Amino acid sequence: MVREMAGLDEGGPLFAQVAERLAGEIADGGLAEGARVPSTNELAAFYRINPATAAKGINVLADEGLLDKRRGIGMFVAAGARATLLARRRAEFTGRYVVPLLTEATRLGIDADELIALIKETGNEREGASL
Amino acid sequence: MTPAISVTGLTRRYPDQVALDDVHLTIGTETITGLLGRNGAGKTTLLRILAGQEFPSSGSVRVLGSPPAENQNVLRRLVLVREDQVYPDFQVYPNFKVSHALRAASFCYPNWDAGLASSLLKDFGLRAGKAIKSLSRGQRSALGITIGLAARAEVTLFDEPYAGLDAVARQIFYDRLLAEYADFPRTVLLSTHLIDEAAALFENVVVIDRGRVVLDTAADGLRGMVTTVSGPVLAVDSFTQGRPVWERRGLGSQASVVMVGQVSDDDRERARSLGLDLTPLSLQQLVIRASGGSAGAGSLTMRTSA
Repeated sequence: MVREMAGLDEGGPLFAQVAERLAGEIADGGLAEGARVPSTNELAAFYRINPATAAKGINVLADEGLLDKRRGIGMFVAAGARATLLARRRAEFTGRYVVPLLTEATRLGIDADELIALIKETGNEREGASL
Repeated sequence: MTPAISVTGLTRRYPDQVALDDVHLTIGTETITGLLGRNGAGKTTLLRILAGQEFPSSGSVRVLGSPPAENQNVLRRLVLVREDQVYPDFQVYPNFKVSHALRAASFCYPNWDAGLASSLLKDFGLRAGKAIKSLSRGQRSALGITIGLAARAEVTLFDEPYAGLDAVARQIFYDRLLAEYADFPRTVLLSTHLIDEAAALFENVVVIDRGRVVLDTAADGLRGMVTTVSGPVLAVDSFTQGRPVWERRGLGSQASVVMVGQVSDDDRERARSLGLDLTPLSLQQLVIRASGGSAGAGSLTMRTSA
């Protein structure tokens, strides 16, 4: 039985996963700019991981300038962090989503026109479902 | 800073076997370290020597800067919770209760927190008035863990502390250990067989096999360090070419290779386009390989030792 770690997995270093989770929350607006980031101990308790691992995750974002340290108070989301993260995600979009999509489509013999039609169709269905 | 635990050239010989064979180990202050290995690997002997309950045949052992044996200044700042914790002789003290065990502990440990002890008992569903002789195996473990945490000792050693505890009670232990460590940081050494369960608690892991340290490294660095690559033979071989490989298995046109080394985003991309599956090895699987005398384990030791 693998212990439940609030969504983290065995797949890679836990500190990197913690950093990615926090970055995701900032990009989605869940952690607004200027908001206090959960402390090392809060993250450790939530994810059920060693506090040093949580601290390493926070430091990744701090080193990238996405978090500001205020001495004695804690870490806060830096101004411009959300825009930086969204730009990064956009830059990664092709590699992470479009390329694998095309790879699998080629494998299945789905050509570009058919793929575009599928994307539009699925988009319309989603729109319909959310109304 | 002086490390909490420093062991050099430690050997412990028994008439019929060598329990510890030239062990070198440094454990930093305020860390949680997993002590892993098979039964009989030497984990308990090491912990008992650290706790001054057994003597080295040769080598040097320092805990909090001094040899622990018969050293009250060290021993009162150290707690060892054992799998087979011994409580007073029930023939002599038939009415020895949980509350008495806690009282006795409160005299031994200067940082003892009675409030914490009773809240832990409550979490574990253990009554203070219960006689020790009537405790189940799991309840004995719960009492040991309660004493180990409430002692708030600078060096806290747990030797397989949870015999008979169910998954819920073990989760209570892990959560309370993390909470306690956050509030009152201390040096924790935890030996366990339930590696996957406890893996995320560890900052470092030490693996002992047949009396020797075979792995001593940062736990998070191990994650994603070894990967199983599986898929069509030709693709697997092309992907793993030039990389250290622990094991290779084949079945018809399919192959599965255990490969050492971090997997980059480019690697992932390539694996995907080759139709390969990448599955990281869990800490538990890593330890099994490191303790099995596997030929490949050496390459991991080399690659991860700082």
